[in-house]
Amino acid sequence: MFPDSSKSFDPPKPGLWPAFGLVSFLFFVFSQVFAVLTSPADLMMGHMQKMWYVHVPAAWVTFLSFGIVLVASIYFLVKEDERADLLAASAAEVGSVFCGLTLMLGMLWGRPTWGVWWSWDARLTSTLVLFLIYVGYLALRSFVEDPQRRGQWSAAVGILGAINVPIVWMSVRWWRTLHQLQTNPRSLSPEYLRGLLLNVAAFTLLTIWFIRRRYEAARFESAAEHAAQKAALGDNDG
Amino acid sequence: MAFRDDVRRIRAIVWKDLTTERRSKAGFNSVASLGVTMLVLFGLALGPDSVALKDAAAGALWLAVLFAGVLAFNRSYQVELDGGALEALLLYPGSRWAIFAGKLIANLIFVTLMLVIVVGVGIVLFQVVVPPTWPAIVGILLLGVLGIVSLGTFYAAMSSRSRAREVLLPLLLYPMLIPVLLASMIATKALLFGDLMNEVGAWVRMLSAFDVIFLVATFFAFEYVIEV
Repeated sequence: MFPDSSKSFDPPKPGLWPAFGLVSFLFFVFSQVFAVLTSPADLMMGHMQKMWYVHVPAAWVTFLSFGIVLVASIYFLVKEDERADLLAASAAEVGSVFCGLTLMLGMLWGRPTWGVWWSWDARLTSTLVLFLIYVGYLALRSFVEDPQRRGQWSAAVGILGAINVPIVWMSVRWWRTLHQLQTNPRSLSPEYLRGLLLNVAAFTLLTIWFIRRRYEAARFESAAEHAAQKAALGDNDG
Repeated sequence: MAFRDDVRRIRAIVWKDLTTERRSKAGFNSVASLGVTMLVLFGLALGPDSVALKDAAAGALWLAVLFAGVLAFNRSYQVELDGGALEALLLYPGSRWAIFAGKLIANLIFVTLMLVIVVGVGIVLFQVVVPPTWPAIVGILLLGVLGIVSLGTFYAAMSSRSRAREVLLPLLLYPMLIPVLLASMIATKALLFGDLMNEVGAWVRMLSAFDVIFLVATFFAFEYVIEV
């Protein structure tokens, strides 16, 4: 078990986080409305182009979340602080949801644009592999009860998974380019870029808030576990 | 001195694991049979057109190795757990990485022997014409197996001690092994057909890089995984 820091067993205080959540949500609504209203229909895609304002930010926060998993996992292994493990788990859950959302939105975009739901394009395929790696991470967490063991195992899996992301990306890209050249990302005109950047910022704030909420819940679960353990050991003075 | 002691520890663990397998035989026979069965199933799914079979031979071979290999990795720890021997193994003095190295080498030998059988059967069933460049194919087989075994041995150290180990190991392992699978399958296939696009070199480099990176990473991470 974790011998140190009795404060890590107490549930966290909400502080300014509810206000942060409200502001991020309002900012998100504003960004979406702004982007949809200010961008003209694309020559090739028409209004399907609006999908960018959810798809691209979702992809960005996926990588942000998995970056947090990596950093928190390393911190946990070095410092053995249970809170870092809970933060990694929260970020992994939120990241997996956004990764799934990125894939779904990509399919919704691909069907009318390419005529197929799925194409074995390098970016799609490696995003799917990334999703599967983190599904494995979450499955591992759900199959292990002991918190210390769960923390160390999932930290190792999280770090190895992150190391693999660039290798998967490269291998899938090579696999594809042998068959067919990738399309170049078109340069964006400013009226699209503004809305896109705004939504990337809004999604980032929302993601931070989601991770924080999930982290608070994880801290409550952990505090309840520790309290139950204390009661079971007959130590009632704390 | 200390390093020589570690080498002796590794040798002892390899010898112990291989002796257990040699005496029971049931493990190796069933895993190798599963590999062959997988090949037969792939043949039924893809055949009987001999062009399609030859085309898919490399992919079928690697998937058969992967499916059968997973059983070997869990077994490697399961035998210890059944005998209550893992705690004792951890209590012996010396570095933990020696345990990992020993298990890894034993699994490497185990899977390579299985591979010999699976490849032999695969050549016959998939009507493969062995090209004159076959030593290069052997090299790719060994590099691919090293990648599969190093990650497999590492993840099995966790999955074998958790609930639902049968499903957890493939769930963790297969997505991680996608670069190894792609590189091995494409390089093997390219060599079977004469490397017309001159792509084997790049895939071999990727395979070697993957092996080195994950050998180092798993050696470091094993300490954290085995102590709890």
